Amino acid sequence: MRESVIMKIHYGTALAAVALVAVHVLFRLTQGFVDSLTYESVIANYRFLPYAGMLEIILILLSIHGFNGLRVILLELKQGRSYEKAVSYGCIAAMIAIIAYGSRTIFMTNMGMV
Amino acid sequence: MATILSTPKEKTTSVISPSKKVTLRVAKYNPKTDPKKKWVNYQIPYEKWTTVLDVLLEAKNHLDHSIGIRYSCRQASCGSCGMIINGKPRLACFTKITELDTTMVTVEPMKNFPIIRDLVVGFDRLFKTHKRIKPYIISEDSEITTKTTELLQTPKEVNNYIQFANCIKCGLCNSACPTMATDSLFIGPQALAQAYRYVADTRDKGKDDRLKIIDESHGIWRCHFAGSCSQVCPKGVDPAMGIQLLRGYLLGFRS
Amino acid sequence: MEKVDENKEGIKGMVNPRRYGIERVAYLLMRLSGLGLLAYFVAHIYETSNILRGRVGWEEVISITQTTEGHVILAIVIGMCVFHTANGIRVMLGESGIGVGKPIRPDYPYPSPSQNARHKIAIYSSIILAALAMMYGLAVMFGE
Repeated sequence: MRESVIMKIHYGTALAAVALVAVHVLFRLTQGFVDSLTYESVIANYRFLPYAGMLEIILILLSIHGFNGLRVILLELKQGRSYEKAVSYGCIAAMIAIIAYGSRTIFMTNMGMV
Repeated sequence: MATILSTPKEKTTSVISPSKKVTLRVAKYNPKTDPKKKWVNYQIPYEKWTTVLDVLLEAKNHLDHSIGIRYSCRQASCGSCGMIINGKPRLACFTKITELDTTMVTVEPMKNFPIIRDLVVGFDRLFKTHKRIKPYIISEDSEITTKTTELLQTPKEVNNYIQFANCIKCGLCNSACPTMATDSLFIGPQALAQAYRYVADTRDKGKDDRLKIIDESHGIWRCHFAGSCSQVCPKGVDPAMGIQLLRGYLLGFRS
Repeated sequence: MEKVDENKEGIKGMVNPRRYGIERVAYLLMRLSGLGLLAYFVAHIYETSNILRGRVGWEEVISITQTTEGHVILAIVIGMCVFHTANGIRVMLGESGIGVGKPIRPDYPYPSPSQNARHKIAIYSSIILAALAMMYGLAVMFGE
């Protein structure tokens, strides 16, 4: 993939994440910070499908943005064919692992498997 | 034969003290023979118009012939005397001792360039990256082919790139760049600004070629708009601006 | 082929914010806040996964975060998030060629139009905004 395409994705995920994370934070503030973190409240949030969907989108957006940012920093720190390959594939693997791990939480809680 | 009876006294507003001295601290290092860099101090008298290059040459001529230094025009036109002066990349011929406002002037070779000896650094990488972006007008049209006329430009069209044509290839921008500090493959602010210089030229038809060259993993995207390159540029090229405008083409904001 | 010592400034030079004004400070803060937020994001994914352990698991992990240290860390995260967002928008606009000035015929003493007051104000505003958000976050967390 061309670097300009990757960076367009980087900028796009950033802008979309800003909007959605703001909604996520507002949910904590409107419900009262401590109350919103009670077990019942969190479970209710996860079972509310639009909210769970939003969490899933935030998870994907931030994973892409965050691990691409890490890739950029690491590529600038050291150079070399094998190192750069390891960084790129390592970041993709970490990105997929985090999305899979986070999605497991969202799906299982949403489907009432807790 | 006419004889000079008296010379008129020059009126100056400030008192110039020839006894004023500056401590010049030079980093001396020859990678082929020296195990590490050593600092050598020289006491040099200076006037209000004395430049760092002047004190360096004074030290070289009268105190230590072995100081390695590259210079030529003494007027910020050739870009030969770039070095780190009191921690920042500057041209020695363009930096007056008085403007540094200190009694100790430390000079080191430019960072992110291999040291040849003392203050002289190798420009191979800079010239290589400069050549890579095709620093010339790419066009099928020519003034010498038949049925074509002069390649005229309006003053507005010239203003789009003339600032970037001021680059003297001194390398100060590459020395100040935070990405260059760690990335050996980064194309660098000098070459990127020159890429914009030709892309913005209405006579040029090589935009797509150049955008392709800079759109790679160690190309334009490794610039994070820290702006240090523009702050040290002695000719007002403002590479940071050129790079961001160039990036506008890749992001689709410019065509 | 002989390996040439490139005399690179290295990480020490890259993270040194003192020589090139507020723009270089913003560059460093952007990197640090990005790394910090990524670390928090990964920790947050792990933290929230404890909901799968039921009420006991959730309350166990929440009790760790609902401490003074937990609140201070979260306040720092809020600050990093606000700075990264506000400065990120500035950088994105700049990187698209917006607000970096127009090319001109340079005249001595050669000011750099891209290093203009708008960007400096935006950087200072991002820092102030981050500090205010941190204070608000602390007030919310310690107020309850």
